[in-house]
Amino acid sequence: MELHARRKLTNRIALTLALLAMSFGLFWLFWILFTTFELGFSSLSMRLFTEMTPPPGSEGGLLNAIVGSLMLVSLATLVGTPIGILAGIYLAEYGQHTWLGRTTLFINDILLSAPSIVIGLFVYAIYVAPAGHFSGWSGVVALAMLVIPVVIRATENMLRLVPNTLREAVFALGTPKWKVITRVTLRASVAGVLTGILLAVARISGETAPLLFTALSNQFWTLDMNQPIANLPVTIFKFAMSPFKDWQDLAWAAVLLITLGVLSLNILARVLFRDKHRV
Amino acid sequence: MMMNEPSLGLEAQISCRNFNFYYGKYHALKNINLDIYKRNVTAFIGPSGCGKSTLLRTFNRMYELYPEQRAVGQLLLDGKDMLARNVEANSLRARVGMVFQKPTPFPMSIRDNVAFGVGLHERLSKGEMEDRVEWALRKAALWDEVKNKLGQSGMSLSGGQQQRLCIARGIAVKPEVLLLDEPTSALDPISTMRIEELIGELKNEFTIAIVTHNMQQAARISDYTAYMYLGEMIEFGITDQIFIKPQKKATEDYITGRFG
Repeated sequence: MELHARRKLTNRIALTLALLAMSFGLFWLFWILFTTFELGFSSLSMRLFTEMTPPPGSEGGLLNAIVGSLMLVSLATLVGTPIGILAGIYLAEYGQHTWLGRTTLFINDILLSAPSIVIGLFVYAIYVAPAGHFSGWSGVVALAMLVIPVVIRATENMLRLVPNTLREAVFALGTPKWKVITRVTLRASVAGVLTGILLAVARISGETAPLLFTALSNQFWTLDMNQPIANLPVTIFKFAMSPFKDWQDLAWAAVLLITLGVLSLNILARVLFRDKHRV
Repeated sequence: MMMNEPSLGLEAQISCRNFNFYYGKYHALKNINLDIYKRNVTAFIGPSGCGKSTLLRTFNRMYELYPEQRAVGQLLLDGKDMLARNVEANSLRARVGMVFQKPTPFPMSIRDNVAFGVGLHERLSKGEMEDRVEWALRKAALWDEVKNKLGQSGMSLSGGQQQRLCIARGIAVKPEVLLLDEPTSALDPISTMRIEELIGELKNEFTIAIVTHNMQQAARISDYTAYMYLGEMIEFGITDQIFIKPQKKATEDYITGRFG
C-alpha cells in the first residue's frame, strides 16, 4: 500500500509539472494572439482590400501586398510541391538503401533547418545580383527552396508509414512499380502529404528574410514578376519599423491577416489528417 | 527424401527441383524437391521459421522485391522455368496470385479493389469489367454482402470480408495458382470457416498452396501436406497419410504436438 501511495504522489507531481510547463507555453501564445487581435482588429477595414499601400501620412490599404503575397506563395508552392513530392518518392521507394538516397536525405535535413535568411542571401547571390534588380521571381525561387525540404520530408515520412504488406499485395497482382506508387502507396498517404504541403504554405506565408533580398517590396500595384513586388511580410517589416502611426496600424492589420491565414491553414491541415485517419 | 508417388492422372503445376533459397548468407531453404498438383490444395506446415512462407513467396518471385534475397535451382510452372531471366515477374504474378496473412484492401472502392489487377493485364470494356468484378466477388462468397455498396471503400469492410475481398481481387485476374499465406490467422473462427469452405470450392478451378500454423486446418482443407523443418522438406504426401500414418518420426512428433 505504501508503495502505491508513493507512486500516486510521484504521478501527481509529474502531472503538475507537465501542466505548469504547458500553461507557461500557452500563456505566451495566447498573449501574442490577444495582442495581434486587439491591435489588428482595430485597424481592420474594407480599405485594406481595396486600396494600395499609402505613402506616410495618408490613408490606404494593403491590396498590392495581399495580392503580391498570394502570388508569391502560390507560385512558390506550385514550383516546390512537385519537386518535393518526386524527391520524396525517390527517397522512400527507390533510394532507401543507396548512397545517393542516404546523402540526399541528410542534406535535406540540413536544408530543413537552414535559416531562411541564408536562403534569401543565396538567391540574392545567384539570381538577384546577376539580374541586376530585385524581382518577384527571385522571391518565388527563395520561397520554393523553403517549400521543397518540407514537402520532401512529409512525402518520404508518409510513404514510409505505408506498411510493406500493402506494397507486397499490390506487387503480388503483377503491378509495375510506378503503378504501385501512383495508384496505391501515394494514394494511401495523400492526407499526410497534403498536410505537409499546407504546413509548408503556412511557413512561407510569414517568411520575411528570404523576401527582403529577393522580392523586396513595392509601394505600387504590379503583377509583373520581373519587378520588385509588394508582399505582406516585408510590408510589416517596413511599416512596423516606421515612426508613422497609420503605417504602424497597417502593419498590425497585416500581422492579423497573416496570423488568421496561417491559423486556418493549420486547422485545415489537422482536420484533413484526422478525417483521413478515421476511415 | 521420402515421397508418396503421385497417383495417376495428377499433373504437376509447380515443381521445385534442387531448389535453394538465401537471405543474404543465411541458407533458408535447403535442396527442396516438390510437386504441387493441379487443382488440389497443398498445405505447408511446420514450426515458425521453418521456411514454409519463404517457399510460398518464391512461387510468385515475391522475394525479388528485396535485393539481398536470392533463389538457386529450378522452379517450374507447367514445366517452364520461372526463374529464367526472360520470364517477367509481373506476367508470372498474373498467373500465380497471392493472399497474405493480414487483409490488405487497397485505399479505393470495393469495385476498384477487384478491378485493379484485371486492368493491369487485360483490356476490358466497362460492362465486361463489371461482369468480371461480380464473377470474382461471387466466387469469393462476398457478392451478396457488398453488391449494394461496391462504391464504398474496401477498408470499411470487416476483417473477414476484407480477406475475402483480397481473395476476390486475386482470382479476378484468373490466375492458375493461388498462394495463401496464413490467410485466416488474423480472423475469427466464423470468418475462418467461411474462408475454408471457399478454399474447398476454389480448388475446382485453381491450384491452391496454403501455409498454415493450424494443423487441424491443414487436415481439414488440404489434399496434400508438406511438413517442413529448418529449411528442409521433411515429408510430403497425401494429407490423410501424413496425419494418420506419417513415414517420419519428426513429422509424427510435430503433428501429435510433442514438438513445435
